[in-house]
Formats: sequence, C-alpha cells, structure tokens
Amino acid sequence: MTRRLVITGLGATTPIGGDVPTLWKNALTGTPGAKTLEHDWVEQYQLPVTFAAEVQVEPAEVLARPETRRMDRSTQLGMVASRQAWKDAGLDEADVDPERLGVSFATGIGGVWTLLDSWDTLRERGPRRVMPMTVPMLMPNGAAGAISLDLGARAGARTAVSACASGTEALEMAIRMLREGEADVVMAGGTEAAIHPLPLAAFSSMQALSRRNDDPAAASRPYDVDRDGFVMGEGAGALVVETEEHAKARGATIYAELAGAAVTSDAHHITAPDPEAMGATRALRKALADAGASVEDVTHVNAHATSTPVGDKPEYTALKSALGDRLDEVCVSATKSQTGHLLGAAGAVESLLTVLALHDRKAAVTINLENQDPDMPLDVVTGQARELPAGDQVALCNSFGFGGHNSVVAFRTV
Amino acid sequence: MADKNEILAGLAEIVNEETGLETEEVQLEKSFTEDLDIDSISMMTIVVNAEEKFDVKIPDEEVKNLSTVGDAVTFIADAKG
Repeated sequence: MTRRLVITGLGATTPIGGDVPTLWKNALTGTPGAKTLEHDWVEQYQLPVTFAAEVQVEPAEVLARPETRRMDRSTQLGMVASRQAWKDAGLDEADVDPERLGVSFATGIGGVWTLLDSWDTLRERGPRRVMPMTVPMLMPNGAAGAISLDLGARAGARTAVSACASGTEALEMAIRMLREGEADVVMAGGTEAAIHPLPLAAFSSMQALSRRNDDPAAASRPYDVDRDGFVMGEGAGALVVETEEHAKARGATIYAELAGAAVTSDAHHITAPDPEAMGATRALRKALADAGASVEDVTHVNAHATSTPVGDKPEYTALKSALGDRLDEVCVSATKSQTGHLLGAAGAVESLLTVLALHDRKAAVTINLENQDPDMPLDVVTGQARELPAGDQVALCNSFGFGGHNSVVAFRTV
Repeated sequence: MADKNEILAGLAEIVNEETGLETEEVQLEKSFTEDLDIDSISMMTIVVNAEEKFDVKIPDEEVKNLSTVGDAVTFIADAKG
C-alpha cells in the first residue's frame, strides 16, 4: 500500500522575492532577477562575467546575528526558506513526533564562501585565526543538519548532492523516506549561495555563463536563438512533504500531491548532456510511472532550461520522446529566465513554482524569449501567465546536473 | 596597566557578537558553560577574538582553566601586565 504524499507548506528566498507570495507574484508577471554585481572583487579579479541574480532579501535581515555568524550563507538561505515553509504548513502550531520528522535538504556546492574565506584566513593570518566553526559551515550537509536542529527533526537528515539536479533529487529522497515509513513529515528543499569570484571564474572558464554584461536583465533567455549561457543565481526553496494521512489528521491545507519522482544517470559525459537525451527521457518516463500517471495527464512542465546553447535542446528531445504528441498540449515555463540558475536550489524553487501553478491553475511566464529557436517547438508561456485547464492534472519539474544527473518530479492537483 | 573594567567590557562585546547574549549578562562571576551556555566551539572563537582584541596569547591548554568571565578577565589583565 503506497502512502499518498502531499505538499503542505512552501518557503523560498530568491532573486525575485524573499518570500513565497512575492516570488509567485513576480513569477506570474515576469521579473528579471539578474543585476550587475556591486562587489569590489568583480573589478579586482577582472571577472569576465560581471552580473548575477542575488537574493532580493539578505538573510542577515531575517536571521539573528549569532545565527549568521555560525552558518555559511548557503545554510542561512536554506534556514530562511525552511522556517517559512514550516510556518506556512502550520507546523509551528502542530504536534509532530520528532522521530517521525525528517529533513532532505540539498545543495550543489555547499559552503563555498566559508571554505574559500577560511583558506584566505589561513594564508593571511595563520591557523589560529581559522574559525572553529569552519567545518560545520563548509560541509554540504550543513544546511540539512542545521535545519534538523532548528526543527528538532530526528527521523534522519539527508543531503542530495547532484549539482544542478540536487533540488529535485531532495524531493525524490523525501518520497523514499515517506513511502518507506521512515517519517510522516519531511522538510525538503535545496539551497545555494555560490556567487563568489571562484565559481564565477570557473563557470566562465567552461563557457557556461552568459556574457551579456551590458544587459543582465536580458541575459537569461532559455529557448531564444540568442541565448549564450546561464546566469548564476542564489537562493533556497523549501517544501513540506507529508503523508496525506498525517496532513488530513491535523487539518492541514494541501497545495498539491507529490505524486512521484525518478532519478537516472547518463554515463555519457561528465558535463555535456547526451544529445539523444536518453537518460533524461528515462527519468521523465520513470517519474510518470512512479506517479501512476499517463502522458495524457500532463498539462505543464517547469523546464530545466538554463539558457545555455547546448543544454536546452536535449531537454526538448527528452520531452518529445517521453510525451510524444501530448507535448503539443503541454505549456512550458522556463523560470530560470527570471530567477537565474540557482544550481542546487533550482529544482526546489522550480518544484515550488510547479506546485503553485497546479494550485492556482496558472503557469509562470518565461521572459526574454524574442526569437524562439526553431529546433525547440515548445509551447512556452510568454507575455503573461497561462491559465491551466480545470480538472485533475499532472505537472512535471525537470532538473539535470553536471555528472550526468537527471531528476524529474511529478505533482498532481488535489 | 590593563583596566579590568575595560577588559570586561571588551570581552562582553566579543561574547555578544558570538552568542547574541546581552553585554550586561556577561559578569565576572558568570560561568561560560553553566551560566552563559557557551559551547566549546564558541569558547574557542571568543578566545581567538580576545587574543586579537587585547593583543595577548591565550594558550589552548589555558582555556580549560577559564571557567568564569572573571577568570578570563584576570588572565588577560595579567598577560598584558
């Protein structure tokens, strides 16, 4: 007997909103999150890319001072999102058994600011000045551990680390935890705070980032013929996943069903997507099967669509292979056009936007799509938010990461 | 000659920065662990920040002897001479 799982709480801090209502309002109208970076280090290191999508609300404005001192920025953002989701789910007033409460919180890179700042400290000021909190701040499970501590969650705190697929894989992990009966409630999500000169330089070196320095707002343009790379973003998304039984017993508001998910790996190339997209196609098919859904149920996809010249096409190929003619009836939102690419948080924030799309029957817009690449004839939501049809339906959220990671999550209306 | 009141005030600022405790709560007779709930990691951060602020050396083996705020103030005052 499979336990039915539902989403009962949402939290986020992103470049286009420091909370879910602001994020959603902006996502529906179309809001570019990328801006020219105002940090001295951009000039100091002569970075080839001078813009990114930073969070709209600094975590220090929300968290207590000692908390910010003991958490890497990535954990800070995750904590902000987790607390919002917890409150939104009404769990601050509920009685959750700590041993039935789990955490599945992902990151792509972890505490990169702490790691590199500490290295600078060691070289410039010696080992005595290296902070004692350095290790718990830089470890990739730092956010999961800190959130479990914050919530008193004792059913296990897991961390998916699969580059840009991490955020959706966190939801896949949450499904496993709940279905296998390890927990009744899981705080799932992803976080990333890697707008640091080193990742910017490194992603630039591999020609992955847009160089549209003169017009950051127009730089993230998935499916457009003039797309030239992704835009680095930062932020966090959190979703409370709960068994339907547990949610109903406490009278929780249910946004959508978390119907299924799948993870596959390409074994093709460490960074390049498989041009035939077989791994991504399998992930889509497996996610639908896991959700007990057919292709005819699908009405909406929140695509991975990072705006790189090589990445967007294989995702189209996968969607076409997995959904066939049904793809003509499916509207696609490429919300990285607004938020930038949140790396390990991307799948969490985009899952959240997928959940809200089903809940409000409205798909978020894709901005900057002026000349759609004819190789990707998708029905992309542009201009204004798209009404989704009435009735039961399924929406998918895709994420793909360096390493050949593919993860797809399927949500259903309730 | 180091003024113990100045050292206490400086130490209270460091503790406040690290833990969020009000500076008024940092009093000479307070135990770092029992009264102020400061764990070993925070204590090491406070020690290193105090070394920098007061320009003294506090050896690691000495830290376990600093059980109260007063112990730390006395140690720092003596070290400054």
